[in-house]
Amino acid sequence: MKLCALLLGVVLATASGAAAADPSIRLREYCPPSFELLPEGVCALRNRYQVYGSLQDAGVGGTTTHLPPHREGFTPQQMDLGRYLFFDPLLSADRGSSCASCHDPELGFSDGRARAVGPAGEDVGRAAPTLWNVTFLKRLQWDASARSLEEQMQGSLFSAVEMANTPAKLVADLNANAQYRRLFAEAFPAETGVVTLAAIYRAIAAFQSSLISLNSRYDRYALGYPQALSAHEIEGLNVFRSFVARCAECHTPPLFTNQQIAVIGSPEPAGRALDVGAEKTFNAPKLKGGFKVPTLRNIALTAPYMHSGRFATLREAVAFYTGGRGHAVPPGVEMYLHWHIWEPRLSDQELDRLVDFLQTLTDESFMPQVPERLPSGLPPFGRRAISGGAVAGPVQTTKGSRT
Amino acid sequence: MIRTLLVGLLLAAVGFAAGRHAGRDAAAAVVVPRPAAAHAATAPGGTAAQPIRSVAGPAGPHVVTVEEGDSIQAAVGAAQPGTTIRIMPGTYRESVYIDKDNIRLVGVIEAGKRPVLDGGGTLNDAILYSGNNVVVENLELRAYKGNGIMGQAGNNFEIRNNVVVDTGVYGIFPQLGQNGIVEYNVVSGIADAAIYVGMSDNIHVAHNEVFDSVAGIEIENSRHAIVENNYVHDNAGGLLAFITPGLPIKTTFDVVFRHNFVVRNNHVNFAAPGSTVAGIPSGTGILVMAADDVVIEGNIISDNKAIGVLIVDHAHAANITADPESDPNSDRVAILDNVMLHNGYDTIPEVKALLLSELKGGDVDIARAGPSPGSCIRERERYVTAGVGDFAECGFSDTADRITYLLPPVPPRTIELAERGKVAYLGVCSGCHLYNGRLIGPPVQAIQALYLDDPQGLADYIAKPVRKRPDFPEMPPQDYLDPQTRLEVAKYMLALTR
Repeated sequence: MKLCALLLGVVLATASGAAAADPSIRLREYCPPSFELLPEGVCALRNRYQVYGSLQDAGVGGTTTHLPPHREGFTPQQMDLGRYLFFDPLLSADRGSSCASCHDPELGFSDGRARAVGPAGEDVGRAAPTLWNVTFLKRLQWDASARSLEEQMQGSLFSAVEMANTPAKLVADLNANAQYRRLFAEAFPAETGVVTLAAIYRAIAAFQSSLISLNSRYDRYALGYPQALSAHEIEGLNVFRSFVARCAECHTPPLFTNQQIAVIGSPEPAGRALDVGAEKTFNAPKLKGGFKVPTLRNIALTAPYMHSGRFATLREAVAFYTGGRGHAVPPGVEMYLHWHIWEPRLSDQELDRLVDFLQTLTDESFMPQVPERLPSGLPPFGRRAISGGAVAGPVQTTKGSRT
Repeated sequence: MIRTLLVGLLLAAVGFAAGRHAGRDAAAAVVVPRPAAAHAATAPGGTAAQPIRSVAGPAGPHVVTVEEGDSIQAAVGAAQPGTTIRIMPGTYRESVYIDKDNIRLVGVIEAGKRPVLDGGGTLNDAILYSGNNVVVENLELRAYKGNGIMGQAGNNFEIRNNVVVDTGVYGIFPQLGQNGIVEYNVVSGIADAAIYVGMSDNIHVAHNEVFDSVAGIEIENSRHAIVENNYVHDNAGGLLAFITPGLPIKTTFDVVFRHNFVVRNNHVNFAAPGSTVAGIPSGTGILVMAADDVVIEGNIISDNKAIGVLIVDHAHAANITADPESDPNSDRVAILDNVMLHNGYDTIPEVKALLLSELKGGDVDIARAGPSPGSCIRERERYVTAGVGDFAECGFSDTADRITYLLPPVPPRTIELAERGKVAYLGVCSGCHLYNGRLIGPPVQAIQALYLDDPQGLADYIAKPVRKRPDFPEMPPQDYLDPQTRLEVAKYMLALTR
């Protein structure tokens, strides 16, 4: 059986003329961490927020308020295939960048930059957001312009300043690769052995849906272990949820976003034109300068902050909110600032405590493994911000590759 | 003098109520029927036939007493669920947070003296709770910057008999909760709403006095709320039913404002710039903005200088942003019998323009701007109105069949222990342990070989691990899982077969 597979692999590789195929790549038959394999063969998310003794309704109750609906129904094979695609530079036009170039697991699934950078050093215009807990999001992109992971990823795959690919080339490259044809057939047995765009999108979305971060120290606190947070951190939590600072009104636990668009009037870096954000998406002048409220999960890992990376540190980012309502709105620009943006007059000590609290939201216990080898034979990642932005091969680290 | 007037009004209301069925039924072309079906479908559990006085269930078995000089928070921290914390009269300068279920903070009132939580103008909130079945009674809260009492997602709450003075943005603010009572509180001097029910369901707000605030009682992005028998006076705006745009809950519907005194809400609007309520015209009795199925019944609405009842959509409201996901109109508003006296004697230009367009002038009780489909009004000729010409005649006269939207106390959801173990295993342990491969820790099979008949041994180990295998990193303690869950995790892990 093994021999058959090996032979078949060799034959296909020869036929396609692709890079040396590696028949040892096999898709996992088990689900990623935090997922249960159901009898029907799909993975179902399981986490501690699903069992608590709420009265009336499982939906609301205490700090254990339920999580929003999430993407599901993926098989283990689809989720694992997505992992290979995610790290594979074959998905970009110049075979130099992968999804992981800007969503690097080592950098909180972001890239450590103020704004994402394209293959030729282009300024993509906005910061690469974390992908942790992206399965719960109804809308994606800072300006809420994508309604699904599938829609969002097409923006990046086919944007001239991001991966610069085309649908035709993407499908052709994957179909020309015998390994991928075999793996897609495994993950999508109902299809005819041809790699389709829909299957590519679905597999990547399946992998993204496995990026769950709900085991932070905050979660331990929320789920009934008060010792999980220090006195300073609890003080920070109380500032965070107080109606003076009002952070929790938009960054609502447990996801730490209410998934709404908020016009907060945060400044662009010096010299950059104003980004109108959701005004364009919804053709609504009242949403000028509005952006999707980002999750704060793993926020300590994803500096710099805000949509265009104006703030280098968490301390600067939280201080923005006490700088005065509209203090950073450019002169002559009319913005409909969110009503929660006001004059909370937070003390330096309160700002420090907020930063203390935000650092309790870090959890990477379900960090996925970076594949050792890719079906394309290319090195995982392609370009990576982590080594200074130059083209770099895979970086061996303790967290990122622990096969 | 004021007392006399009130008693007079009260008697008038009683007489009015007794006689209302004898009134004529105009032969109107359109009659809006009682929206009973809609309520039956949307009120979980339906409406109760009997008044419900308590939603938090009986008090638990534990009682502790806090004296002046002690910390209330220390008592909460030490309390197990089911504890009543009695707070003796005196002054307490602290913020209290309750992140556990079944805690009662009950002030002890002696010779008229209450325990006072004093924020000194520097502390943020007096009481924050997130637990279920939290009760707060008999306290006096003063001089906080944020809220007097703020609930975040706690269900089955009871907030009763508190005096709340100048506690910042809100006096009493349950948010994201289901099934709660706010009654017999006296709230004043609040820069936004004295009582603010936000994104909540099945709420009863009754017998409160709210005054000298920007807004009296606000029902916002909430459903199934009865607001009755409150004395709402000398605010900038009295009673509000709103959809505020940009919140994750997108609707407000099924709100009953009945049998309230809504009097003299002419306070200067001192809301923070940019806040939603900053747009409320001073002198507004009742304001309905984008909320659906609001019933206004049996209230005495008097001496509100701008307007008695104002119904608007989002487009006509000052200061309101856009939300593509919310219906901006106030649908199916029902104005039943109310006493309206001397309202709108110094109204706003927008209402004056509406009046003029109908060739009316002078004092005005009711105005509507923006679409309000399916709305109705009884005996409209009693009032001076603007913009309600297309309102139908209401096909019902009262909401007497809706005694409460509160739900009877129910026991906690039963969660099987085995389920607890499975979820903890998958939600925590599976990040490091594969069934038969190496991830971070050793495979489950190897652990099974060690502990097969000893789940307790494994449970003890995970609470306080020691390094056993030189080729694996040391396991971090999982002591944040309670002992029962640890045992269930161990059982689940030892029974895995793949």
